[in-house]
Amino acid sequence: MKTIKNIGLILFLTGLALFTASSFLGEFKASEKVIKSCLSEREWKSLGAELVTRLEGKTFSLPYHFTHEIWEVHHAKNEELKQAQDWDNVIYSTPQDISTPILLQSATGLFINSWGLMFLLTFGLGIIGALMYILPNVILLGPPGIKNNGNFTSAATSRGWIGWITFIYLVGFYIILYFYPANVVPQILLVSPISKALSGNPASQWFLYGFLYCTAMTVMAIRMFIKYRHNKYQLLRTAVVLFFQIAFAFLIPEIMVRFNLPTMDFKNAWPLDYDFFFDWNLNNLLDSGNLGIFMIAWGITLTLVIVPVLVYFYGKRWYCSWVCGCGGLAETLGDPYRHLSDKSMKAWKIERYLIHGVMIFAIIMTGMTLYTYFTGSSEIMGFDSYDVRKSYGFLIGSIFSGVIGTGFYPIMGNRVWCRFGCPLAAYMGLVQRFKSRFRITTNGGQCISCGNCSTYCEQGIDVRAYAQKGQNIVRASCVGCGVCAAVCPRGVLKLENGPNDDSSRMQAPAIMIGSNEVKILS
Amino acid sequence: MSKVVIIGNGISGVTAARHIRKRDSNVEILIISAESDYFFSRTALMYIYMGHMRFKDTQPYEPWFWQKNRINLKKAFVQHIDFQQKQLQLSDNDTVSYDHLILAVGSKSNKFGWPGQDLPGVQGLYSYQDLELLEENSVHATHAVIVGGGLIGVELAEMLHSRGIKVTFLVREKRFWNSVLPDEEADLISRHILQNHIDLRFSEELDEIVAGDNGRVAGVKTISGAYIPCNMVGLTAGVTANVDFLKDADIEIDRGIMVNHYLETSQKDVYAIGDCAQFYEPSKGRRPMEQVWYTGRMMGEVVAKTITGEPTKYNPGHWFNSAKFFDIEYQTYGVVSSKLPDGQKGFYWEDATGKMAVHFVFETDSRKFIGINTFGIRLRHDLFDAWLNEEKTIEHVLEYLKDANFDPEFYNSYEADIIDAFNQQENTTVKPKKKSWKRILERIQH
Repeated sequence: MKTIKNIGLILFLTGLALFTASSFLGEFKASEKVIKSCLSEREWKSLGAELVTRLEGKTFSLPYHFTHEIWEVHHAKNEELKQAQDWDNVIYSTPQDISTPILLQSATGLFINSWGLMFLLTFGLGIIGALMYILPNVILLGPPGIKNNGNFTSAATSRGWIGWITFIYLVGFYIILYFYPANVVPQILLVSPISKALSGNPASQWFLYGFLYCTAMTVMAIRMFIKYRHNKYQLLRTAVVLFFQIAFAFLIPEIMVRFNLPTMDFKNAWPLDYDFFFDWNLNNLLDSGNLGIFMIAWGITLTLVIVPVLVYFYGKRWYCSWVCGCGGLAETLGDPYRHLSDKSMKAWKIERYLIHGVMIFAIIMTGMTLYTYFTGSSEIMGFDSYDVRKSYGFLIGSIFSGVIGTGFYPIMGNRVWCRFGCPLAAYMGLVQRFKSRFRITTNGGQCISCGNCSTYCEQGIDVRAYAQKGQNIVRASCVGCGVCAAVCPRGVLKLENGPNDDSSRMQAPAIMIGSNEVKILS
Repeated sequence: MSKVVIIGNGISGVTAARHIRKRDSNVEILIISAESDYFFSRTALMYIYMGHMRFKDTQPYEPWFWQKNRINLKKAFVQHIDFQQKQLQLSDNDTVSYDHLILAVGSKSNKFGWPGQDLPGVQGLYSYQDLELLEENSVHATHAVIVGGGLIGVELAEMLHSRGIKVTFLVREKRFWNSVLPDEEADLISRHILQNHIDLRFSEELDEIVAGDNGRVAGVKTISGAYIPCNMVGLTAGVTANVDFLKDADIEIDRGIMVNHYLETSQKDVYAIGDCAQFYEPSKGRRPMEQVWYTGRMMGEVVAKTITGEPTKYNPGHWFNSAKFFDIEYQTYGVVSSKLPDGQKGFYWEDATGKMAVHFVFETDSRKFIGINTFGIRLRHDLFDAWLNEEKTIEHVLEYLKDANFDPEFYNSYEADIIDAFNQQENTTVKPKKKSWKRILERIQH
């Protein structure tokens, strides 16, 4: 068994290495036709001639070099235009925006001619290797039950050297994918045939991202099924959140493109879906017939009605642990890191300000955007609504929720975005805290203060503080993952939905500590 | 200003300190411990060894908590107590005076005078220092022998097993923990331990521990004459009160520090709580010494009331306890004796896998429910406590058993099977009622 694991690890690392090295293995030869088709009329007029001279007919093996040529032309032109104060003609697309589509259509060589082989050597080896590493645990971990052995001694899960390398790799990958996508054109080509099979269109970096996301979640979900095979709540929850990600976030939008329909991730609610009310989205939907109108109505109803009602009945766990894509990745890929969340009082104080701050930012940003949409004026109280929304998209949408949200798994735990940033979580948290039937009941006096619950709470809640007092846990940040109840060695915790009256839900009952003479609150 | 000094920063001493502070914001409170800087949960030592948690994760309160509540902490060993002068003499020659003294010094692993019991590689498992020693001893350990089949022993077995160390487990009884568990569940636990590849040996006791050439333990001899080669020995044959330092002191000691119902010792203004306390007159149905987490916590709360002006007797309610044997969780409410006395009857149910079980005990004539052992099925403490208080019948308990289920959502429910089996055994017609939140909540508000 151990041999299978070790071989699997080698295969996985080989696949990962090849996937990474793909950035250096491409071959690109641009034609004038392709270059022209990827530029707008204005861009073609300003840059076309120079670009064709530098790029046409030449074979590039590194997207970086190709993009650099574009950068030189782009930079020189923009300097010239800015000197002349010719703002109307300044080019706002970035060199990456220009080079990525050209590269995608100019590729030759391995990723076009030997696509299948390259896919097998990257994704194939990666997936098979990972499964070979994971599956033997059915035997190696012994009888079903909680086996968190080594979490705080392994270099991978305790901020050891493997954890730090993983951190650097993940952060690096997100930054490149979001801001320097030309460098992952070979990787995008790896999944382009799959994209064409689904939507009919070649892949963009977002398809690559979605495909990687679903693959990572699926493989790590298998790990969860093995790890928690004795726990029906975990099995069901993992299966459901995996289903929602693959079906709603990935497959359905791709298939809708194939039918020329507007696309939507039906489970993605504003304000998490922060561009829902942006002009281009609203216009696109309004132009798309009845389905588009339905999507607008669905988006609004989801946020204003469905979300709070379901939080009332089930707590925000219905979304955060059973439906949301961020949560889905956190609970699967992030499961090895959940104990790294900061449990201190200091972290909680920062959390409260940060998450509600982002929520207010999202509300103001959306308000300004809608004001501009309806009145045409983008200047509001000295701020330009386009600047505000651009900064939200960059700071919150890309950096916080993407780069930090996932990149920081191995260092700060699997729910950094969910706990410190997600505005939807802040909104649902308020409902859960004040008007919901959900609670984690504590079992009388059985708590032995061991600390497993607090340690494994991914949201950094000091669950033990409640359990040892016999007080139910009702916290805005609880995402109902159920792991605290799973790791508790004495059966002290139970996630359940019950009557929403404060006296039963939150008030610390007279302690069931076993002493008839002592009925004081601890 | 009055000063309370507490020796021992375990659950008993710390609970006393916290509750004294809650009730009196003026009294000076000092906790002295020779074991650790901060209170930690001893029950979690096993998880540190297995890598589930770090030592600091087992500390229920962050360091600022003690300052904020003005509870002073001192890491020191108390060598001698002068009860006349009300002074403690510490090992660093410091002296500490007190107005009230609480002895919460805990217990230590039993050593019954086996030859070789002090050899390198032989140890108990109780304190943080034991854990550190265990880490050292584990470095070259390949085969360990554990002596004494109880709760600490089975946890030590799980710990060593997690590191790939082979474990031979010597148990005096015919089945695991048979002195506490009735035969059926003792068998269930025994099977589970064996399933985890532990070499479990019944009706076996330690005779002698044998040293090797390097001066460390090389093997053990058992009373049945077997010789088991090993390089580590765990002595988990029970604990004894940690009162050696008081053996010549002017305070009444038997196996523990003698206390009355108010937890007062034979010395004025001196109290004893937790593992180290021994009652002159135990409460009804209880033992003179109670060495579990829960009773220590209770005694801490009670003595805090007494010291802050509201003399209160230690009057524990219905017995409850819990444990975990490898992957099987155990809870108990009420009294389940290993051998049922006359006048009591039992109903035992086990699931098809043989890993889940419940054992109900009730009075044969009155049908009054007396106690339950449950394995692998979580049950609500509040409800069982209420049912015991209200002296409900076994039929009532079974009828409302669904209310008591505390398993996570979507788990299989076993009430119907359990009640069917009971009806067959007892010729009754109990029908399970659906879970009712209203009924459950009525029981929780006191």
